[in-house]
Amino acid sequence: MTALLLRDLRLAVRAGGGFGLGLAFFLILCTLVPFGVGPQGGTLALIAPGILWVGALLACLLSLDRIFALDWEDGSLDLLATAPLPMEGTVLVKAAAHWITTGLPLVAAAPVFGLLLHLPAGAQGWLVLSLLIGTPALSMLGAFGAALTVGLRRGGLLLSLLVLPLYVPTLIFGAETVRRGGAGMDAITPLAFLTAITLAVLGAIPFAAAAALRVNLR
Amino acid sequence: MAPLLSVSDLAVARGGRRAVEGVTFSLDAGQALILRGANGIGKTTLLRTVAGLQAAVDGIVDAAPDAIAYAAHADGIKGALTVRENLGFWAQVFDGPAIGAALAAMNLSDLADRPAAMLSAGQKRRLGLARLLVTGRPVWVLDEPTVSLDTASVALFVQAVRGHLSGGGAALMATHIDLNLPEATVLDLTPYRADPRRVQDRVPAGFDEAFA
Amino acid sequence: MSFWEYANPVKFMRLSDVALPWVVGAAALTLSVGVIWGLTTPEDYKQGSTVKIMFLHVPAAMMAINIWVMMLVASLIWIIRRHHVSALAAKAAAPVGAVMTLIALATGAIWGQPMWGTWWEWDPRLTSFLILFLFYLGYIALWSAVENPDNAADLTGVLCLVGSVFALLSRYAVNFWNQGLHQGASLSLKAGERMSPVYKYPLYLCMLGFFLLFLALLLVRTRTEIRRRRTAALIAREVRS
Repeated sequence: MTALLLRDLRLAVRAGGGFGLGLAFFLILCTLVPFGVGPQGGTLALIAPGILWVGALLACLLSLDRIFALDWEDGSLDLLATAPLPMEGTVLVKAAAHWITTGLPLVAAAPVFGLLLHLPAGAQGWLVLSLLIGTPALSMLGAFGAALTVGLRRGGLLLSLLVLPLYVPTLIFGAETVRRGGAGMDAITPLAFLTAITLAVLGAIPFAAAAALRVNLR
Repeated sequence: MAPLLSVSDLAVARGGRRAVEGVTFSLDAGQALILRGANGIGKTTLLRTVAGLQAAVDGIVDAAPDAIAYAAHADGIKGALTVRENLGFWAQVFDGPAIGAALAAMNLSDLADRPAAMLSAGQKRRLGLARLLVTGRPVWVLDEPTVSLDTASVALFVQAVRGHLSGGGAALMATHIDLNLPEATVLDLTPYRADPRRVQDRVPAGFDEAFA
Repeated sequence: MSFWEYANPVKFMRLSDVALPWVVGAAALTLSVGVIWGLTTPEDYKQGSTVKIMFLHVPAAMMAINIWVMMLVASLIWIIRRHHVSALAAKAAAPVGAVMTLIALATGAIWGQPMWGTWWEWDPRLTSFLILFLFYLGYIALWSAVENPDNAADLTGVLCLVGSVFALLSRYAVNFWNQGLHQGASLSLKAGERMSPVYKYPLYLCMLGFFLLFLALLLVRTRTEIRRRRTAALIAREVRS
């Protein structure tokens, strides 16, 4: 499994844009939002938690279809399926590689984007923490959607239609954590829910995604 | 001693319909079997079923767990990685032997540090076959292994198969060309072609047969 | 004879052929009686005549959820017992469920405008229905995108399972989210509890009517799906022999 993770990371680095693309998209989004809603710091601070979380969601969505599609096209997925790795493990590793290349950079860069959108200083820590806890669930659910649509010709658009509704609970609790943190309210409760969802997703979704992959491989 | 792979009364389906049925054979250590049959008869489907990628409609595929190494039309080669990295990855995944011998056997040693994207089609194919050597698995299931190979490379491949067989392995191949491998048995699938009119009296293979 | 016999396409076609006219007739009768009775009820002292949209709104909302549950059960039957009719019934039910959700949302908006002064409010209940509608859309889109019907049935089955969990999860998450904004300002109506019999009985009749309507549509659509599959199978057989 380590070998697979290393290979995927190496591929992401060599193919170029693996790490940077999601971040660049996030930056563009945070630049465009003030153009849309006006430069008033108060307004921006109010909507910053939501924008940052929705931005993370969309940045994550960008590269989802590549989780399995490339391996599907060149036949690696068939070979991985016959390898001694359990399919659930393959799914988990692929989702982990996706998270390291898109989720983790977002977590690291989030405070900068928070500054751009006048996020209150008290919320910065909550933003990083909630993204750190929430984004693995986004990658894992995305891997599930990618497993459902791998091999479909019009997979990309369908993938977002399938995955985005699944992101609702994570988005709600993630953004709520940041909002409450910024307002000096109790942010532990939504954070606890967010953690619970991520843990449940990491524990259960690999099985569903592996089942979907097996169907698509046969 | 039990055979490495035994297939009895196997029926396989493609797209919800039976392709071939009643296929029975077994492979002992040192044996090779070559499947033949017209395009579309279901050779690939049969091999994928034996490899465990899809479920059999009927019949039994019996092999030790983790005994089968499967090679398809596509080689699963990543162009961004070097030949050594590609092969090393599969060796790690399968926990197989070191890659040096496999590279040498497929005459790839000189290309080891080239990015795989720079290889020709035949060289890629050789890399795909070298992967079999690093799986360390006894039963090779090969789908058209000689596509894009020139005469010299086919000879290399046959030599690798012979080495594998003499080392106690077995091979199941679908191919159209004469491999010059006289010790291999040939199984023509034509008589096993499923009769599409006989569907009422058995388990449907899928949607289409269920509604025919 | 076991219940599962009806999962055989031929048996299902035979049975549904007999049952369909009765179900359609019963649906037409209950719905027309229920709706007309509903429309002739006296006006509510508080809500006036707007209350009468309830006779469409409440049954549609109820069916929107029930149809999803039915799809979940049908998907489970397909995944566990591989009955083809079950998978096709789930496929056939989805667009009906989506339309029911849409009716619930639309009638809700029309009712909400005079009552709350707004067409749309991000109330937990409304929001949950919007999310449910998205799940319906995804489910339908996945069915139509996958070519191999066996694979499509399997994949949509898995999606239905995961989707059900997340639809439920979203329901609670949305509750949490809106309380954070509106301090429990609830716009929900508690149907049936403090409702006078004048409204209750026609409402029950409408609920039954909507259920029968769904059953009729489900039978027709499942029969269509079976015939479509049968046509495809016969063509395929002809091509091969």
